Amino acid sequence: MRRKRLAFVWTVATVAAGLYLVVHFFGRDRRLFLPGETTSGHYQIERACDACHAPFQGIRQDACLACHQAGLQAAEDSHGPEKFNDPRYAEDLARLDARQCIACHVEHRPEITGAMGVTLPEDFCRSCHGDVTEERPTHEGMGFDSCGSAGCHNYHDNRALYEDFLLRHGEAQPATVPAAWPQRKAWISGEMRDAGPLGAADADSPPASSRPELIAAWANSAHAAGGVACSDCHAAADAAWSDRPPYAMCSACHELEYQGFTQGKHGMRQAVDLDPMSPAMARLPMHPEALNETLDCGTCHDVHTVNVRQAAVNACLSCHADEHSAAYVDSPHARLWEREMSGEGAPGSGVSCASCHLPREERRIAGDLRIAVQHNQNANLRPNEKMIREVCMTCHSLALSIDALADPEKIRTNFSGMPSVHVQSVDMALSRTE
Amino acid sequence: MTRLLSNPCLRLVAAGIFAIGLACCSSPSTSDQREAGSISPQAMADALHAVLESDRTVYARQVVHRLQDQEEVILASEHWQDDKALPLPAQMFRMGAEMVANKTDAFSYALISKWPVNKQNEPGTEAEIVGLDSVANNPSAAFYARESLGDAEYFTAIYADVAVSPACIACHNAHKDSPRNDFELGDTMGGVVIRILLTE
Ligand code: HEC
Repeated sequence: MRRKRLAFVWTVATVAAGLYLVVHFFGRDRRLFLPGETTSGHYQIERACDACHAPFQGIRQDACLACHQAGLQAAEDSHGPEKFNDPRYAEDLARLDARQCIACHVEHRPEITGAMGVTLPEDFCRSCHGDVTEERPTHEGMGFDSCGSAGCHNYHDNRALYEDFLLRHGEAQPATVPAAWPQRKAWISGEMRDAGPLGAADADSPPASSRPELIAAWANSAHAAGGVACSDCHAAADAAWSDRPPYAMCSACHELEYQGFTQGKHGMRQAVDLDPMSPAMARLPMHPEALNETLDCGTCHDVHTVNVRQAAVNACLSCHADEHSAAYVDSPHARLWEREMSGEGAPGSGVSCASCHLPREERRIAGDLRIAVQHNQNANLRPNEKMIREVCMTCHSLALSIDALADPEKIRTNFSGMPSVHVQSVDMALSRTE
Repeated sequence: MTRLLSNPCLRLVAAGIFAIGLACCSSPSTSDQREAGSISPQAMADALHAVLESDRTVYARQVVHRLQDQEEVILASEHWQDDKALPLPAQMFRMGAEMVANKTDAFSYALISKWPVNKQNEPGTEAEIVGLDSVANNPSAAFYARESLGDAEYFTAIYADVAVSPACIACHNAHKDSPRNDFELGDTMGGVVIRILLTE
């Protein structure tokens, strides 16, 4: 009798557990099946298993590349997979197949994951460059775990670190000159109608949806000045009027910006059809009152004023509460921004959050040189030497930039004062020319 | 038509065209000596090398040497993207090799040397080491070998890479990473390795 009861309980428990797993597997949230904590680069999309995993095929390399290829290309990847296809590398590849992203970056393994999501031991450079001191006696005595962590080399992006660049920019540069950011020269991807500047009287919203304060905000905006009427967004492509049109609609005119946004941590969930990111999900410290915000174009850009200055500092600081962000307001960079905002400083002389994290980039589109804002704020974030060329060196010498970015304390205090770290790379490059 | 053919000159041309057509349709040409698929690995490697070497020479002479040294229009630079300059001949060669390797593993090619500017270009396999010595001593004879690399078998051919233009030696002799700075025009500076995959 007892055995029968036990068998019954066992069956019920097994069926219930099975059902629970099945429901989760086919449900929206499959995090139950995560084999381990996801890295900070991917946890936002960890519910979208299929973004990376193909059933019975493991991780597809092209899934990695779908998001990362453009960035690697822009970085002039020093170790691109095409470099290793030659059979002369067969022996090296047998040790480490450097053509596969997952040879070095294994997901869900927090216990072995280091900086940049690398899951190899830190001295991995040794396996191919073990004899570096033969060629570079200056490297004698340096540990292989320091190649990538001392501010000298990166595996992928060495655009600001290669020897001739160090030589060209290393000598006799003034440490700091005033900022002069290029002025934006946007590219509008949508069809531009020659509607001329519009005013409040031109608002074409239906009476039920017309609110004077919104119309006033719009009438003073760049949209109105550029002839973009209410209906262009609220009833785009002749659709019925919507009070809250979807933000994807912004991409009809701002394709580049939307593309960048959906590649960075703010918008990457939209890119895999998940609901938008929210500060509540963030792993970085966020202000408690902002936790329930959701991240979309309108979170940083008030949709009626479309004020880009608001988006450059205040929008960031309304959510981000980490030490680096909090230290901004007392930093020398912030003082320059305040001067520009008050009209005391020249346009382009201030340094906002966006100056560094959403930098203005030159793009050639159909032969025209454009200056567009990179809306993927992660594009130049890690390794941070990615910022040197297009951001730091706008004002600072290469040597100072390298030192500052290698100094965690300076990063924490948002670059108040001179770095106390000194990276030897420029000196070493110069010593070889003597 | 008949009127046209009464012209003796045109008649000659028409006869010529007809003869060529006939030759193309039925000619034994080379196809009965080497049926499709039966070209030897060595002939294949030699043919690839003829193309590679010619392109490389044209680029070095007619593009780099002419524009950089003679007409002084544009420099060739290792950092051609940053410097808005011409890629070096070796980079041009490698970019092609990398693109080929992305398309096929049936064959591959690379530029190597016993005196490399870029240490990654030094000989690695046994055949490369022996082959580079062989072509350095006797530049006009290619070196051939069979190699097994990874799980695959290759027919490997190594050909001398010769300083065909003053630009070659000027740049290598002055380069701070070059282990040798006494190259002269006509010297063997390294070798082109071509590998034909033998196993499927
Ligand atoms: C303006 C400079 C320059 C010119 C001109 C030049 N080279 Fe090079 N060459 C280099 C550099 C730099 C490398 C290393 C490229 C790499 O692999 O990153 C190289 C690579 C090579 C290599 C492979 C081994 C090595 O040194 O790394 C050979 C062989 C070679 N060059 C031969 C030639 C020949 C032959 C010519 C003329 C047709 C020539 N080079 C012209 C700079 C030059």
